[in-house]
Amino acid sequence: MLLALDTSTPLVSVALHDDGRVVHAATSEQPMKHGEQLAPMIAAALDAVGAVRQDVTAVAAGVGPGPFTGLRVGLVTARTLGLALGIPVYGACSLDVLAVRAVDSGVEGPFLATIDARRKELFWASYDEEGRRLDGPHVDRPTELPELPVVGAGPVLYPDVLSRGTGPQTPDAATLALAVAEERVELLDPEPIYLRRPDATVPGPPKKVS
Amino acid sequence: MSDQPLVLGIETSCDETGVGIVRGHTLLADAVASSVDEHARFGGVVPEVASRAHLEAMVPTIERACDTAGVRLADVDAIAVTSGPGLVGALLVGVASAKALAIGLDKPLYGVNHLASHVAVDQLEHGPLPEPCLAMLVSGGHSSLLLVEDVTQGVEPLGATIDDAAGEAFDKVARLLGLPFPGGPHIDREARSGSSVAIDFPRGLTSGRDLQRHRFDFSFSGLKTAVARWVEAREAAGEPVPVADVAASFQEAVCDVLTRKAVDAAVANGVEDLLIGGGVAANSRLRVLAEERAARHGVRVRVPRPALCTDNGAMVAALGAEMVSRGRTPSALDIPADSSLPITEVLA
Ligand SMILES: [Zn+2]
Repeated sequence: MLLALDTSTPLVSVALHDDGRVVHAATSEQPMKHGEQLAPMIAAALDAVGAVRQDVTAVAAGVGPGPFTGLRVGLVTARTLGLALGIPVYGACSLDVLAVRAVDSGVEGPFLATIDARRKELFWASYDEEGRRLDGPHVDRPTELPELPVVGAGPVLYPDVLSRGTGPQTPDAATLALAVAEERVELLDPEPIYLRRPDATVPGPPKKVS
Repeated sequence: MSDQPLVLGIETSCDETGVGIVRGHTLLADAVASSVDEHARFGGVVPEVASRAHLEAMVPTIERACDTAGVRLADVDAIAVTSGPGLVGALLVGVASAKALAIGLDKPLYGVNHLASHVAVDQLEHGPLPEPCLAMLVSGGHSSLLLVEDVTQGVEPLGATIDDAAGEAFDKVARLLGLPFPGGPHIDREARSGSSVAIDFPRGLTSGRDLQRHRFDFSFSGLKTAVARWVEAREAAGEPVPVADVAASFQEAVCDVLTRKAVDAAVANGVEDLLIGGGVAANSRLRVLAEERAARHGVRVRVPRPALCTDNGAMVAALGAEMVSRGRTPSALDIPADSSLPITEVLA
């Protein structure tokens, strides 16, 4: 059984995949509570399908790009579960998962997949009609994106700049599970895609006090 | 579960990724990965840098702790983790990892208070805690006086810093003197060749009126400013700065206030044991002065060895083991990382 989770957006998404299909999928109700919600959602998922922890044979996690704090909650959870259970942990680019979800819901390529990067910017990548990544991931202002149909958070957050598509707004764990099981996304190490350096400035000489 | 539970503790409240393993009061492993070198050039801990380092270090540090202790993860009886106070992004990495272990191993989770862990760690060095005891915790992040009736559920704050933490003052003065970050060990070393009475730096919150309102509180901001003024005046006059004397006199001012108030608090509460923890507890002058003053009032001083005073996972495991031994209820899987967790909440 594959446990899949994604924390690259304000919501937490968890799914279980077994015997070629998604047997459980859940999305958190409260935004921005990854640390509180992810672990109970994993426990609840196992309960819901009558499985025990030893039934999980692999973990897949969305590696972003996405806001860092939530992303790390997902990745450290996936890595530590892998260690505790002695099972492999796979990563997949969350934009790739969003693209697969878009193609499956009928979006025709080429298109852009977007995730909120805050600070008036978007994480984005471009995809062909089969959901294969052409360019990216990058982080840019909405006005700087290529002129293509857009799925994901972009059109919701910046409706004046980006044309609103009919595609999905977020990546989700159910699509991640399917995409990993069916080898429709590139498997990565469970390393976060940050695309930004930490905010930090080297201080100047001490300020005078007198 | 026995009264000698095997507990793994995780600490990520600041820049140290700590994983410790204890069996009851016996320390089996204390693995620490520090990102301090990455922060040094910024002159202080950068939260995002610390959080990134915690994610990278977490699994390897757990593995290292298990190797050192010679135990398998599956043998652990319980998982303990610092759930606060601290940097929220940093805490979250440890808390999420601990929850994953609790699920993956099907073992109880204890989200514990970082400050209470600094107290509990002494059991690994000196055996069962004398309760009640007076605990003084001094580091770059905290300066508190605590009355500890029961480390697993009854800790009362008597006083704390009203501005900078003691360790922060060491860092800032070190920077003024051109000494590297973190400043504590460098000030301590310089002070050895200087005179502690060369310069009469102010002792914060020790005057009559301040003592009425802030008997057990600390203030180090005025001291830091006084040191800066003194150094600037020297520089402005074109005279060399006597680094060793400044370091020794500054250190004396800090240690004087800390030990005076700690012993006063112990005596006022009728407590015979003073426990000192936190990174500043490693300061050589603090230890000597505390013992001198405490002895005069019949108070015993306990200071864990320096490696156990700085932030580490063993202290969290030590408190976790105490939670198990004393039958406390484990934490739920939805506990938050609480950056401002009050000391009155020892267990989440
Ligand atoms: Zn500490």
